Amino acid sequence: MEKKWEEMSAKEKRDARFADWALPKLPDGKDLPFQSPEAKAEYKTRVQRYKDVIELKKPDRVPIMLMATFMPSYLGGALPYDVMYDTEKLKSSFMKFMTDYKPDYYITPAFAGNGKIFDILDYKLLHWPGHGISKQATGYQYLEGEYMKPEDYPALIEDPSDFWLRTYMPRVFGVLEPLKMLSPFTNQWEPVLVGPSVIPFGIPPVQEALKALMKAGDEAMAWIQQIGAIEGALMAMGFVNGAGGATKAPFDYLADTLRGSKGIMLDMYRRPDMVLKAMERIIPIAIKSGAGGATMQRNPVVFLPLHRGADGFMSDEQFRTFYWPQLKAVLVGLINEGCVPALFCEGSYNTRLEYLKELPKASSLWIFDRSDMPKVKKVLGDTITVGGNVPAGLILTGTADEVKAYCKNLIDVVGKDGGYMMSNGTGMDEGKADTVHAMIDFTKKYGVYK
Amino acid sequence: MAKDLVSALADLKEKEALEIVQERLKAGEDPLRILDDARKGVEIVGKRFSDCQYFIPDLVYSGEILKAVTDLVKPKVTKAAEVKRLGKVVVGTVAGDIHDIGKDIVVFMLDVNGFEVFDLGIDVPAQKFIDKIKETGSGVVAMSGFLTLAFQSMKDTVEAIKKSGLRDKVKIMIGGGQIDEQVKGFAGADAYGKDAMEAVKLAKSWI
Repeated sequence: MEKKWEEMSAKEKRDARFADWALPKLPDGKDLPFQSPEAKAEYKTRVQRYKDVIELKKPDRVPIMLMATFMPSYLGGALPYDVMYDTEKLKSSFMKFMTDYKPDYYITPAFAGNGKIFDILDYKLLHWPGHGISKQATGYQYLEGEYMKPEDYPALIEDPSDFWLRTYMPRVFGVLEPLKMLSPFTNQWEPVLVGPSVIPFGIPPVQEALKALMKAGDEAMAWIQQIGAIEGALMAMGFVNGAGGATKAPFDYLADTLRGSKGIMLDMYRRPDMVLKAMERIIPIAIKSGAGGATMQRNPVVFLPLHRGADGFMSDEQFRTFYWPQLKAVLVGLINEGCVPALFCEGSYNTRLEYLKELPKASSLWIFDRSDMPKVKKVLGDTITVGGNVPAGLILTGTADEVKAYCKNLIDVVGKDGGYMMSNGTGMDEGKADTVHAMIDFTKKYGVYK
Repeated sequence: MAKDLVSALADLKEKEALEIVQERLKAGEDPLRILDDARKGVEIVGKRFSDCQYFIPDLVYSGEILKAVTDLVKPKVTKAAEVKRLGKVVVGTVAGDIHDIGKDIVVFMLDVNGFEVFDLGIDVPAQKFIDKIKETGSGVVAMSGFLTLAFQSMKDTVEAIKKSGLRDKVKIMIGGGQIDEQVKGFAGADAYGKDAMEAVKLAKSWI
């Protein structure tokens, strides 16, 4: 008899997730029909290649991941504005890119975001093309702010979901401001409270906010069907989605999303206990968010972009107090659920490498940006899968030969004996045809293991 | 309690620093001397940052403490302090890019190292750089950028400076995010600095 999920070991869970990944399904649960037997074989080979490098084995060749937000559509002939507002353009440009360049794994086209949904909700966290920045802009840009005030810590710690619903959402979505008039759902605990608990839903501005949410929901349904169609078509051609779920380091939840860079930096001095308590509350939420996506997508990989723990962004003492223990708890939680954390270490991580040795072996992928790659391989080669780090500067302003030479060195030094994923060093919005081709095509030839 | 404002600020003791300032003000001390001590404290912070004892959060916190000290002292200041400066530097995040963390650190480090800094802010059009160079006669320009779009924007800004006839009057450094030596060549800048200490070193060598 098959073991129940809760009785399985982390390794067994992961094997089960990889088996699911290798057998993609349609939304109705039927097997996804591949374009050809070759495409089906290619798909399976790509999943196996991913599994091999995660297990620190030598695959048939170095696998290739492209870290990108708008790069695929850019090289496929569409601007971010086009693909954020027109899913047909998103589809045609993304498919054109994948057909022309053929990397093993892609980052979901959903990462482009949907401009209409942002418009309907009056999203405050970003400037996007046509909204705050030019329609010709090559990407969106974050607008940092104190969306959570210092005095909000107790509310966040007490009940994160309630804080999100009644405080955070009203601040980051202009049209949802009236949601601050809702009362906590947990107030409804006896029949006599049923009536009173729904009173706020009768307030006209709250009703307007709910209508806006429903309108955004309609838009989201149409959009996600298109995204599903694009991904289905890509898988049918043999390409593999690079991640099933996503989450963040607890410190980055606070820093990026809630308090802003300056806010969180001052909090480490002025209210360190609050920061630590808040992160304790966020850890299980972060695990659930990442693993939930992986389950829904039948894809074990959970993507984590790391931001504020990089070299220079905090001291070693701050890193081992505020960043690492909480991030490690999330990673171990994901690994215990059978997921494969895939981390993107933006900036440089040279002073943090020793900490990573504490992780379960052969269970996660780390894509580096400006770190010292030979050193990374030396220190961590038998613990984690190393990925990266073709620089954006080289890709956008260098020549194809320079890129090939860079990739050759990566494959020789970091790729030796496997456990390595070729990737560019940062999530890119733009690209250059000759150099992106050089990175992918050269690796396919030179990166074959004998 | 230590009575030393310089070390209270340098050691990031916010409460202590503000208490000392209040006591010294109450005792009728010359507010300019208090500001001068606070400044010395922040200079030590800058030095510790250069020596990798302090990191970005320490700089940000020291800036906050200095601001609180200045807020207390400013109302009592009647005449402007005279500070000797090494030279002028025009700084800004180039057009199209709205990131300011890295740029602000460079401004901070140039300032505590004795430069007169003209901070143009973020998303700065080329013409604004040109106008500021003309207005101040500054011989050093520092351009910051986090996103890859900054590569082209830096190149365009350098071109515009060239067209305005100012290129041989200024030295240009670039830095931030994905900027490297490769991009320096592409943009036509004179140097790439990998961090704020590098920016200070470059400015010193150029002035």
